[in-house]
Amino acid sequence: MTTISLDAARTALSSACGDVTDAGPADAVDGVPATLVTRPRTTAETAGVLQAAAGHGLTVVPRGRGTKLSWGRPPERADLVLDMSRMSAVLDHAAGDLIVHTEAGTLLADVQRTVGSAGQRLSLDESVPGSSVGGALATNTSGPGRLVVGTARDLLLGVTLVRADGVIAKAGGRVVKNVAGYDLGKLVIGSFGTLAVITEAVFRLHPLPAAQRFVTVPFGTAEDAAALVQTMVHAQVVPAAVEVEWRVDGAGTVGVALGGTPAGVEARTAATLQLLGAGAEAADTAPPGWGVLPWRDDADLPEVGLKLTCALSGLAPVLDAARRAAADAGVPLTLRGSGGAGVLYGALAADAPVDAVAAVVERTRTACTAHGGSLVVLEAPAAVQAAVDTWGPVPAIDLMRRVKEQFDPERRLAPGRFVGGI
Amino acid sequence: MSGTHGTQTSAGPVLGDTPPEATAATGEAGENAAGIAAVGRVARALMPDTGVISDPTQLRTYECDGLAHYRVTPALVVLPETTEQLAGVVRACAEHGVPFVARGSGTGLSGGALPRADGVLVVTSRMRTIREVRRADQRAVLEPGVINLDVTRAATGEGYYYAPDPSSQQICSIGGNLAENSGGAHCLKYGFTSNHVLGAELVTPQGDVVQLGGLAPDAPGYDLLGTVVGSEGTLGIATTATVRLVRLPEEVRTLLVGFHSTDDAGAATSAIIGSGVLPAAIEMMDALAIEAAEAAVHCNYPEGAGAVLVIELDGPAAEVAHEYAEVERLCAEHGAFEQRLAIDATERALIWKGRKSAFAAVGRISPDYIVQDGVIPRTALPEVLRAIADLSSSSGVRVANVFHAGDGNLHPLVLFDDAKPGAGEAAEQVSGAILDLCITHGGAITGEHGVGVDKAAYMPKMFTDDDLDTMQLVRCAFDPGNISNPGKVFPTPRLCGEVPGKRKHAHPLVEAGLADAF
Repeated sequence: MTTISLDAARTALSSACGDVTDAGPADAVDGVPATLVTRPRTTAETAGVLQAAAGHGLTVVPRGRGTKLSWGRPPERADLVLDMSRMSAVLDHAAGDLIVHTEAGTLLADVQRTVGSAGQRLSLDESVPGSSVGGALATNTSGPGRLVVGTARDLLLGVTLVRADGVIAKAGGRVVKNVAGYDLGKLVIGSFGTLAVITEAVFRLHPLPAAQRFVTVPFGTAEDAAALVQTMVHAQVVPAAVEVEWRVDGAGTVGVALGGTPAGVEARTAATLQLLGAGAEAADTAPPGWGVLPWRDDADLPEVGLKLTCALSGLAPVLDAARRAAADAGVPLTLRGSGGAGVLYGALAADAPVDAVAAVVERTRTACTAHGGSLVVLEAPAAVQAAVDTWGPVPAIDLMRRVKEQFDPERRLAPGRFVGGI
Repeated sequence: MSGTHGTQTSAGPVLGDTPPEATAATGEAGENAAGIAAVGRVARALMPDTGVISDPTQLRTYECDGLAHYRVTPALVVLPETTEQLAGVVRACAEHGVPFVARGSGTGLSGGALPRADGVLVVTSRMRTIREVRRADQRAVLEPGVINLDVTRAATGEGYYYAPDPSSQQICSIGGNLAENSGGAHCLKYGFTSNHVLGAELVTPQGDVVQLGGLAPDAPGYDLLGTVVGSEGTLGIATTATVRLVRLPEEVRTLLVGFHSTDDAGAATSAIIGSGVLPAAIEMMDALAIEAAEAAVHCNYPEGAGAVLVIELDGPAAEVAHEYAEVERLCAEHGAFEQRLAIDATERALIWKGRKSAFAAVGRISPDYIVQDGVIPRTALPEVLRAIADLSSSSGVRVANVFHAGDGNLHPLVLFDDAKPGAGEAAEQVSGAILDLCITHGGAITGEHGVGVDKAAYMPKMFTDDDLDTMQLVRCAFDPGNISNPGKVFPTPRLCGEVPGKRKHAHPLVEAGLADAF
């Protein structure tokens, strides 16, 4: 910070964007105090802001609605928070083409409201309530619906970006099928704001199902859970979601969602009840906690939030390893996620001893890695972040560093938040 | 113009016998002679003699891919059998600054595997092992030379298949599919190659072997895999691919529907999609395409049809029954005069035979033709088809339409007789004008065939210099020496050492409100 002339920077930013203010305590990024906040209204203003920031050597942390800024590692510096909340318009909903074009600061809920009026939905589950489109893309969040429709990478058709040097670039397009040029959209999905600032996005939409039902069945052991999941993914009833929940008290549930026509869903629900066997029950509404991350969202006392992935055949050993590691460490663990897609989230109490958390992370990560997956510590108190490897081993990290070097050679976009200190 | 009887030719700009951009894209013979010799020595040390080709006559075998209009004889061809061999050759290329081009089965339609006269062609056809079919994981692990359809054949016994189905699926390779992000008739419901490749082992342009993605989803870090798929061989060569296997549907219904006009068929397509039904495929053929298919394979499509739709519904039986009733009703409402449901596998095969043979069948009604590949928003179908018809009648150039109507991916076949002076040029002009139509309707210049060497000149019509420059930042990260399939995709290379230009304002078109910065 000592090398920056704050007044000159503020002046330059103000000429690019009318809304520049001093940052307050609430603008801190994962404990790192911010200096300035700017709220551009257009892609062109965002470009001007990034040019001004480049000219004055400011580090920039993009912020959608600030719901996941504590994920990943804290940034090394946060001179400027680039707040996207004023870019909150749904620019175009082409219902006949099942396409929506939206600004990045738009709430996912607002997109759903707009497209829902035409019986459509953006199949990007809002796993963190209050998320913006850009924030969901930057952190690659997903929910139960990923089993069939996939994740952001399967839904994003076109993207507008502003680079660290203020240059505006777009990739992809407004049509569902397009192989012209590199797919930069995929590159920025899950990049935690370290490559470029997402300002606009075009998505494909899906029709809302006319009917939906949920079937749940309890399980007792990791093997039982995995067997139930295997039964569902190999069945021909085409479930929209296959979720697994294993609560602290040991109660486990496999949950299945079915969506389609009323008659079709009725028949498929009956088939699912039969497949899942004794104890299976059908309901018209989702079970409690469906699609919500299992950790408590508390800014003052964050719980530890883990993301576990594995090949489907590794589900039983991963569930088992996580439970055993938590029991041995004496830390209560809740697991919940898209078991049918090989994705689980884990929550550990905020006051769990750091050593205990580290032990759970290490043992569970070993199991995930052995089955083709990974474990990432998404959310954690500062003491835990300091003691554990947040991202774990990352193959191809050298290539990733070179991509970062090309896009942001001065390391001014969210430096340090991402894998390998990127 | 080198098009011969029944041969597909370029979709690109008007060209003489030697395409004007070919030298920049394909190099000069005799360049890099010392480097080529050095790479040849390394290759011979790494693999058997039969895996290294330098005899001029044999080299000619590899002079083109599926876009036979462009022909360049490579300086050296290697056919590695292992990742280690392939990586060793690429490392040698990097060391000596020799460009290389990867080739699978050579079926690509945009010249993506067109060799370099001053470079090495790396052919993956001897890496053809299906390593694993992992039913419990719903994944298969494949070498790049594995034939697309063989994946489905290997998985069918387990109740699974590989969904992306380009019409060349009996001969095209997985590595080529990955490079091109190949589509197919069924990607309307199931997505493209990029949605089905979950992992890859990549030999980078430096010859390093890296693993991207894998059996589990959401690997931490940048989604480099998503960027590599569809990059047309410019970011390295995939030596394995981990792909998603999809459960075979409980029921499939294939429907052939006759309409009086493409307008009616287009409106029916929009109505079906708008109703919330998502068929596995909706394919359209117009009268000229039907005529060609009848002449070639006697598929017995409805007589007098101005257009037919092939609609396939799949999924749980209870859903398919409902969707079928809905589709039948919507087609009737939009002027369908005949609807036929295939009652068994033989009938289904006959319906698809007419569609899948259509490209080749056009050779029956025209000595030469251009296969175009462009995308428009589905709702613009009737308007764009009328505009194509107008282009055709005003120019006197016949255009047959066979395409993926459900996702707006057009494949106009522009017919001509190269024996007639000027006919080739007229056809190229119509073909180019069709791409312009796609762009002005907010579409794309290629939906599945790729940019390759054929459409690089069109990229600036779809993207700004800044867009292209930003894409090339990725290229510079992967391939700073610009040796991995250079001259493809981008109209001009970026020098990776140069400092990105700093613009003081937004793009002038954006600022003036003339362009959408999306």
